[in-house]
Amino acid sequence: MASKIEEKLYLTRFQAAEQSHLTVIDHDICLTKCEEKWCTHFCPTDVYRWEGTRMHVGYEGCVECGSCRIGCPYGNIHWVYPEGGKGVVYRLA
Amino acid sequence: MSLRYEAIVVGAGPAGITAAYELARRGRDVLLLERGPYPGSKNVMGGILYTYPLREIIPGFWEKAPLERPILEQRYMLLDDDGHLAFAFRDPSWADPPNAFSVLRAKFDQWYAAQAVAQGALLINETTATEVIVNDGRVVGVRVDRPEGEVFADVVILADGANSLLAKQLGFHKEWHPEEVALAVMEVLSLSKDKIEARFNVGDGEGVSIEMLGEATLGLPGMAWLYTNKESLSIGVGVTLSSLREARMKPYELLERLKSHPTVARLIEGGKPEEYLAHLIPEGGYRAIPKLAGHGVLVAGDAAQFVNAVHREGSNFAILSGKLAAEIVDEALKLGDTSENVLIRYRDLIMQGVIGSDLKKYADTIPLIEKNPLYLKHYSPRLHGAVRELFTVDGVPKKEKQKRMIEHLTAERGKLGAARDVWRLGRAIW
Ligand SMILES: Cc1cc2nc3c(=O)[nH]c(=O)nc-3n(C[C@H](O)[C@H](O)[C@H](O)COP(=O)(O)OP(=O)(O)OC[C@H]3O[C@@H](n4cnc5c(N)ncnc54)[C@H](O)[C@@H]3O)c2cc1C
Ligand code: SF4
Ligand code: SF4
Repeated sequence: MASKIEEKLYLTRFQAAEQSHLTVIDHDICLTKCEEKWCTHFCPTDVYRWEGTRMHVGYEGCVECGSCRIGCPYGNIHWVYPEGGKGVVYRLA
Repeated sequence: MSLRYEAIVVGAGPAGITAAYELARRGRDVLLLERGPYPGSKNVMGGILYTYPLREIIPGFWEKAPLERPILEQRYMLLDDDGHLAFAFRDPSWADPPNAFSVLRAKFDQWYAAQAVAQGALLINETTATEVIVNDGRVVGVRVDRPEGEVFADVVILADGANSLLAKQLGFHKEWHPEEVALAVMEVLSLSKDKIEARFNVGDGEGVSIEMLGEATLGLPGMAWLYTNKESLSIGVGVTLSSLREARMKPYELLERLKSHPTVARLIEGGKPEEYLAHLIPEGGYRAIPKLAGHGVLVAGDAAQFVNAVHREGSNFAILSGKLAAEIVDEALKLGDTSENVLIRYRDLIMQGVIGSDLKKYADTIPLIEKNPLYLKHYSPRLHGAVRELFTVDGVPKKEKQKRMIEHLTAERGKLGAARDVWRLGRAIW
């Protein structure tokens, strides 16, 4: 499936911001409390990748849906919009 | 950009554009803020746009607006593993006056925002309102991520969509629960006009909408859809975030499985993916409606959870609430009193009108289905089995078949249990 999402994201346009608008507040919670690493499952663009001890946040591919903010059971994601004009730029629907 | 307005509208989606249009039309000095490079650049919809209530704001708008196809037929399909059970309704009278159109939001929102600008609204793109400015318990403006920093107004209308961080900042809602939002993913597939019209059995320029349940969502509470555009198809699936999380599914896996279902695969064959999109749909319904008015502030559209998930109505409620918000703001400005005491009339108009009435009517539907996954997991394959029993000719007398059908439907749940389930679901939906 990994290749599938990369193919899909290839179709979507982004205007990358320099700074991440997504911040994992406490990496320790991901490591010790959140066995399931929920955000790695439901994020529609696979922004979150668990790297053994730490959560990697590929914010450049975020489509700003808000699911991780609401769906992280530990409220462990600080979530704001990217700077005006930056982030995903839908061309169609 | 000047620093003071009569009204600031945050968010150029259908709710915000309508509010800005209606205020500007009344001669009000209104600023419309959009964080994307253009209106629509952040917005996602299936999308079926009903002509009501926009036709009351811009009569005959379909003559000018960039729309896709008028929807003359609605189909519903309950997908089984590899087959389906379907229902269709076509009515040529839906052509004139048109009832609904498929739309692509990036185009539509830009057009609609241009109409608000033509009425005199000032649209500023690429500008995120990062915070609401509150002074002495009343909203007086917003902070923006631009050199100007702060802009002020007598009233701020929050039309900032499903996430509505600004209404949350004000404490109007705490945070949506994962069962109050659906995560929807979708693709636009290009396909020639001729193929679309032949495959969906429609005339020149006409369109069909298809809603899909059952295997379409793997039995998770939600819906899938396939809509015809001029030269493309929009296909997507949305399920509650709570159920998706619980199922440990990736949303795009749901979409891929939907696309490979034999019934669906044939309809979209040859369609070339053009764009992949994801967005939340507020589905908390009546009980999730946040505080709608405060001193100097109103909330409209998705930010207020104005979506009827059962009937895929969101953009029309956004437009209607934006219109009502503008009416009340205009009255308040005339009175010179934009306190909550005056603005609260907005809440009354919403609750007494179609939005409040419909959301109230369906208040139990989503929670019922969310709490009883049996409805989708258990009954949709059963229903398929029962209908197969009925339509398969194999020498078994119809009387015996009816008995078997009942057995199919009531298996595991028992007759009484099944009767109760049907009664409860019936009450929640009808
Ligand atoms: C996949 C999907 C399918 C749907 N299908 C249908 C359908 O078929 N029919 C239907 O009627 N409805 C449908 N809906 C619902 C419909 O899209 C929404 O109800 C409607 O778009 C709500 O309009 P809105 O103006 O409230 O919010 P939005 O359209 O989301 O607009 C909000 C705007 O505010 C901007 N914004 C947000 N925060 C800020 C900020 N802080 N500063 C500046 N700008 C900001 C955003 O960029 C955006 O432009 C669907 C929704 C989804 C996700
Ligand atoms: S869901 Fe939250 S706590 Fe769990 S891994 Fe993701 S960010 Fe960490
Ligand atoms: S907002 Fe949506 S797309 Fe962005 S990281 Fe969170 S879940 Fe993924």
